[in-house]
Amino acid sequence: MSGAKKGGSSPDRKLGGKRLEHWVSNEPFDPHVAEALTAEQERIFMASQWRMMWARFKRHKLAVWSGALLALIYFSVLISEFIAPYNMNTRHTDHIFAPPQSVNIFHEGEIRAPFTYGLKYTLNMENLKREYGENRSKVNSIRFLCLGDKYKFWGMIEMRFHLVCPPKGGTLFLLGTDRLGRDMFSRIVMGTRISLTVGLIGIAISFMLGMFFGGLAGYYGGWVDNITQRVIEVIRSFPELPLWMALSAALPVTWSPILIYFGITIILGLLDWTGLARAVRSKLLSVREEDFVSAARLMGAKPRRIIWRHMMPSFMSHLIASATLSIPAMILGETALSFLGLGLRPPITSWGVLLAEAQNINVVALYPWLMLPVVPVIIVILAFNFFGDGLRDAADPYK
Amino acid sequence: MLKYLAHRLLIMIPTLLAISLIVFVIIQLPPGDYLTSYINELQSQGEAVDEAKIAFLREQYGLDKPWWQQYLVWLFGMLQGDFGFSFEHNQPVSEVVGDRLWLSFLVSFTTILFTWAVAFPIGVYSATHQYSWGDYSLSFLGFLGLATPNFLLALVLLYLANRWFGTSVGGLMDDQFIGQPWSWAKFLSVLEHLWVPVVVIGTSGTAGMIRRLRANLLDELQRQYVVTGRAKGLKPRKLLIKYPLRMSLNPFIADIGNLLPQVISGAVIVSVVLSLPTTGPMLLRALQSQDMYLAGSFLMFLSLLTVIGVFISDVLLAILDPRIRLGGGTTR
Repeated sequence: MSGAKKGGSSPDRKLGGKRLEHWVSNEPFDPHVAEALTAEQERIFMASQWRMMWARFKRHKLAVWSGALLALIYFSVLISEFIAPYNMNTRHTDHIFAPPQSVNIFHEGEIRAPFTYGLKYTLNMENLKREYGENRSKVNSIRFLCLGDKYKFWGMIEMRFHLVCPPKGGTLFLLGTDRLGRDMFSRIVMGTRISLTVGLIGIAISFMLGMFFGGLAGYYGGWVDNITQRVIEVIRSFPELPLWMALSAALPVTWSPILIYFGITIILGLLDWTGLARAVRSKLLSVREEDFVSAARLMGAKPRRIIWRHMMPSFMSHLIASATLSIPAMILGETALSFLGLGLRPPITSWGVLLAEAQNINVVALYPWLMLPVVPVIIVILAFNFFGDGLRDAADPYK
Repeated sequence: MLKYLAHRLLIMIPTLLAISLIVFVIIQLPPGDYLTSYINELQSQGEAVDEAKIAFLREQYGLDKPWWQQYLVWLFGMLQGDFGFSFEHNQPVSEVVGDRLWLSFLVSFTTILFTWAVAFPIGVYSATHQYSWGDYSLSFLGFLGLATPNFLLALVLLYLANRWFGTSVGGLMDDQFIGQPWSWAKFLSVLEHLWVPVVVIGTSGTAGMIRRLRANLLDELQRQYVVTGRAKGLKPRKLLIKYPLRMSLNPFIADIGNLLPQVISGAVIVSVVLSLPTTGPMLLRALQSQDMYLAGSFLMFLSLLTVIGVFISDVLLAILDPRIRLGGGTTR
């Protein structure tokens, strides 16, 4: 900068009467020097869209934490069998409706490795109620990374390795047991796999349908648009749950549980796409008028190429964000259906299937721990809401 | 305005027709017709099958005809107030249903009123006191309400009521009124029991409504006319009520369209949990036993409720907002 200034100074400027020597800097001259960006500015101005979204997303602390939590939970889904201390179908006939056990580290004033006390079981002969107490004399240390109940990893490989195992000769019912003496914690962990994947598969279906119909309506307009809009209106004027109920009641009883599982996810996805299709349509209608689309059309690009190559990328992030926000609705839908007994069927276990056991007020009053699957439902739904909110704010970083 | 009304009413007809067709297809989906499963059930119980009756029913409901004829029979029957025959209860559907439709309507309607009554002041407070402690705690409660599925809320409420008060909060009236004709005392009893399902069903809708109202009002409050009004010395309360609040009321009414399906869905499952004498439990039962006409009329009724609700919200919106009223007749 200094070189350019000196070179440009006027020749007849005098200092002390003596005429200054005409001096020209040898440094290379860069005419864009005033427009050059500092490293800091460059990082912001030249950032790609994804980088800006990430920067924006990071500002939403709650969303970041929710995202991390969801990632953790989804990772746990991959290794559910390993995390669960018991096989979810093992029946402990001596411990039916056992209450949650506490894990202790103090025994008579001493610190010990994590342990549980033995369970003392008595049958109250007056009201025939099972009563459990702690047997303080029996200290059972919990084992870690150990061999325990047999299971089939993802239903295929037979293994016995667990993260935590019940103590030898003792029990580890972290969240109690159900009416067949099955460990609730293991069942909830296994149910997570089903409940969370229902949302993912469902949203994949609804996403494809939404893109297809929304794209059709938004790109072609006219009567295609009109018909799609009417269809969407009709579907939306159904109350969701009764329609889901009717459709899943229509699934044949002869189907295997795994087929039912796919049937339910398809039903959930089939009715959910309308919101997405509307979003796609309105976005397309506004993007359609942009110059780059006209340019592509003038250059003879085919509609499919224009939609996929030029228009979709410009609002894809927005769509992903709104899809994230509709996953919780699917998870809740599956939970509600299974709770009513119209959804998934045992032996497939989801949170809703587990909650179906807690339908009766007597059960709820006597064995309140059967309601515990409510907790992961609420946590996951909340996390998805926060995460989706953050994504939606980040989806349009230029705003 | 009249033109707009007529236009909206006309649109409703094809919508309802399409809905009835979908409902009919869905209740037809399970294999076999209802008489075959009825006959099977009778035979499995070792009872004699009354051939004459079966033939009569088959003839009356045209079960031997192609499906589109059956659909037309069903449709025209409904238009004349004949909703078909409930095979499980062995009675015409209209007699089986009885009060349930009205109680369902009552619960949904009260829930919407509740949602408004609660969401309005809280939303306004949250927006005008943005980022205050009150705003944060109300927002947190709202999120919790949004995330808690209402049937779980009903379960938890059942548990707590049982634990603390030793009573059951289920039902919609005192036991002595069940099956009794309507009287003032019965009505009061219903009102007494109504609040539990209304609160349970209304929570998530209320939470969503609060968030939307807050967002809308915040948008409005940043507008320049608000700044101008404040600069000119308008009193804060008057400034708030006279302009931005009116603008943010718009989506409040437009939202009935979203709220109503949600409320009706919620009501179905909550009434199963709380064993309310509304359409929910009976719809579930009818679906499980594949009682075709009963399930069909419930689905039809619930959808009708939604369509009419959306219609009312559109009309209210048109009254409130001249832009919709005037634009509606010409541009569509």
